[in-house]
Amino acid sequence: MDIPYSQCFLDNGLRVIVHESRSLPIVAVNLWYHVGSKNEQPGRTGFAHLFEHLMFEGSKHYDRGYFHPLQEAGAALNGSTNADRTNYWEVVPTPALELALWMESDRMGYLLPALTPEKFQNQRDVVLNERRQNYENRPYGMAGMALVAALYPSDHPYHWMTIGAAEDLQAAALEDVQAFFRRYYHPRNASLVLAGDIDRDEGVQLARKYFDEIPGGPEVEPVVRTTTLRDESRILLEDRVELPRLYMAWHSPAMFAAGDAEMDLVADLLANGKSSRLYRTLVYERRVATDVGAAQNSREMAGWCQISATAAPGHALTELYEAIELEVDRFLHDGPTEAEIERGLAQAEAHFMGRLQTLGGFGGKSDQLNAYAVFLNDPGYLASDLERYRRATPATLVENARLVLGPGRVVLSLVPSGRAELAVAGSHPVEVS
Amino acid sequence: MKGADRSRLPEVHGDPPFTFPPILKSRQPHGLGLWCIEESSLPLVSLLLVVPAGSASDPDRLPGLASLTGDMLDEGSGTRSAIDVHDAFARIGAHLEIEVAADTTLIGLTVLSRYLRQGLSLFADCVVRPSLREADVDRVRQLRLNRLVQLRDLAPAVADRAFMQMLYEGHPYGHLAIGTEAALREMSVADVMAFHASVCLPSRATLIAVGDVKAPMLAEMVEEAFSGWTRREDEAPEVGFDRALADPPPSSSRRLAIVHRTAAAQSELRIGHVAVARSTPDYIPLLVLNMVLGGQFVSRLNLKLREEKGYTYGARTSFDFRRGRGPFLMQTSVQTQVTAAAVQDAFTELQQVLGDRPVTTHELELAKSALTRGYARNFETTEQLARALAQLIVHDLPDHYYDQFPTRVREVDTASVARAASSHLHPERMLTLIVGDRPALESSLASIGLGEPAVLVPA
Repeated sequence: MDIPYSQCFLDNGLRVIVHESRSLPIVAVNLWYHVGSKNEQPGRTGFAHLFEHLMFEGSKHYDRGYFHPLQEAGAALNGSTNADRTNYWEVVPTPALELALWMESDRMGYLLPALTPEKFQNQRDVVLNERRQNYENRPYGMAGMALVAALYPSDHPYHWMTIGAAEDLQAAALEDVQAFFRRYYHPRNASLVLAGDIDRDEGVQLARKYFDEIPGGPEVEPVVRTTTLRDESRILLEDRVELPRLYMAWHSPAMFAAGDAEMDLVADLLANGKSSRLYRTLVYERRVATDVGAAQNSREMAGWCQISATAAPGHALTELYEAIELEVDRFLHDGPTEAEIERGLAQAEAHFMGRLQTLGGFGGKSDQLNAYAVFLNDPGYLASDLERYRRATPATLVENARLVLGPGRVVLSLVPSGRAELAVAGSHPVEVS
Repeated sequence: MKGADRSRLPEVHGDPPFTFPPILKSRQPHGLGLWCIEESSLPLVSLLLVVPAGSASDPDRLPGLASLTGDMLDEGSGTRSAIDVHDAFARIGAHLEIEVAADTTLIGLTVLSRYLRQGLSLFADCVVRPSLREADVDRVRQLRLNRLVQLRDLAPAVADRAFMQMLYEGHPYGHLAIGTEAALREMSVADVMAFHASVCLPSRATLIAVGDVKAPMLAEMVEEAFSGWTRREDEAPEVGFDRALADPPPSSSRRLAIVHRTAAAQSELRIGHVAVARSTPDYIPLLVLNMVLGGQFVSRLNLKLREEKGYTYGARTSFDFRRGRGPFLMQTSVQTQVTAAAVQDAFTELQQVLGDRPVTTHELELAKSALTRGYARNFETTEQLARALAQLIVHDLPDHYYDQFPTRVREVDTASVARAASSHLHPERMLTLIVGDRPALESSLASIGLGEPAVLVPA
């Protein structure tokens, strides 16, 4: 299992990766900038994502909306920002490839001359509405913010979510945009993948034609910050929900670091899917919870592992807390069964295979090549990535789980407004806004 | 090679031809239709069973029965408990996807091709021989009741439910698939068994398989897996398959309704009316019209409400094309203080496209290009291809439908779009539904001429 590719670097530092696959007359363009919300400063949060919006508002040589010419050419396109990176992609019919490269290169090279205070104001309003829609007005929508705020100290770059704080977004200024662009949006901090109906020579030639003229820009220093969590912190958040939900979160290995794949497997066997341990005991047998879930959220600098469960009506979160703790302890003591390992591997293999089905978009082959290139400097890492899962044994799972699922953790009780008594005992209320 | 010419955008020359892969069809002895696309680029197979009955086939007294029945399929079979079934799927790295829509139930499974035989066997056990034990029905019923409780907090779900209820009162499309609390409590195991028996008929269903398998081998494996399924075509089905073809209640005036949500950060909006069935001859012109009005990022509605006004993260329109007459719908979520202004803007866009700002040639070309030029990317994965086949089955479309689609879109002109718009868009009959903070909205809503709002209490 692999994604064949070739790679080169332009003189300005832009990484160019080409993957040829001729089954359909389409090409996926996928451009990563190695910047995300972890490059922001406290009091200035939400900026990387707001900036992503501005990238769709026109650049010097085409100062109208970014979508129009590309949709007219039959493209699908989008972009996204997370803590570690910002990505932009187009999937175009082959004849529209140059158009997509022209558009991507124009906004990489010439965004600022077209940036006006009006565009800035407008997109700030759009982002504030995105925040209302996806966080403030959504049940349990503020849980993530409360969790990361408790997991990381206030000056740690993972202390805030990528969407940022509303007051920081209100305070953002046009000058911040300009400085941000100069520092992070240039070829040396970017990686371009072309995948699909194209060969290496053509891909490299076209990348040169459109991106060579853009100056390289300053090297971006990696963000490095470590932190630990020694004790359990119990926090409480009230929200407009009917059923309370419990979240337990621990620091865990960074993306691709030792133990990351193992924790992914541990999260799955504990609480993902109807064959998982917590589903079986909490939902199926005891019926104290209405759903359960777990995730190893691995990120570039550090990960965090989370288990969550929503209480069935009439049950308080202390009951869930004790039941989860019992299951986790049992797992740490006995380890996984051979059947659980076998299941985890089958699921990992199916998951990896499924990801090879699309060229473009979020999570397609072009996005994966860029992830491996930007985070590991190894676009061809896919086979080794799967190998990380294949190497897992009952012993390595339990060993890593013992390191991660210890006493230092955050326990968040999210309860219906005015029902603080449903929280785990000893929780103190926190504010998120 | 010289550098880029920044004085103009590169031209896009020619549209690469697209051909939909051949569909290999056969029929099993008990009547089950089998449609296959051989696609061997990856060792994967996607299965999709199309059962032409969904929530619109719910008995009037039991809204939600189709969906509960669907949910019960992977909750035990033969000697296997629910946990055993989930475990068996997990061991081959797969899980059963069950989707109950208004007109159909789709049951899907994607497996590595080396597990196809096991996957098919489990799949058939779930579809043909589910245990439907009382204890399992009770357990799943309780989970769905809990889900209903949670949906009360989810503004988009509250809006969808209230909107369909008001628009389709007394019609099979008037409830969401999950149904109502009262009906869920009332459903018995016998109801679930009867529904399953009357809907899950081999003579009515079609199994689709797309991926790394040869059609003859597939037919053999399917025959083995589904061997216990008996043909019952002589029995009259107890459940109407096409109840939704009945006309929905007529509506002759504009209506405004509010569901109150205390201190909501945004208002969730639904504006629309009953429109046309998928079988309308105006289907293609309506697709084009919708692209211009609210079907893509650069549509009039999104550019107005998001890119010009900054009221919302996004706004869109759609014709929900079903076997019966589905709704036309404008939907968005806007910050509370601009709710009335957003509703007015939405109406203005509608009136203009019907009046003094009809779809222009330029907009028409943009919409047609957007629909046709990137068409191939809709058929990249085995699941996309399987779903494309399901559309052919559900809507009785010819095998060459996808090959001809781009040509048919290119034939649309501004006159046919204008005709389709005036036949199928009726601003004077729109229902406007708002889920939002009522005290904060009331005074501004009084000014927009939709009359006194009906205040709804969410179910």
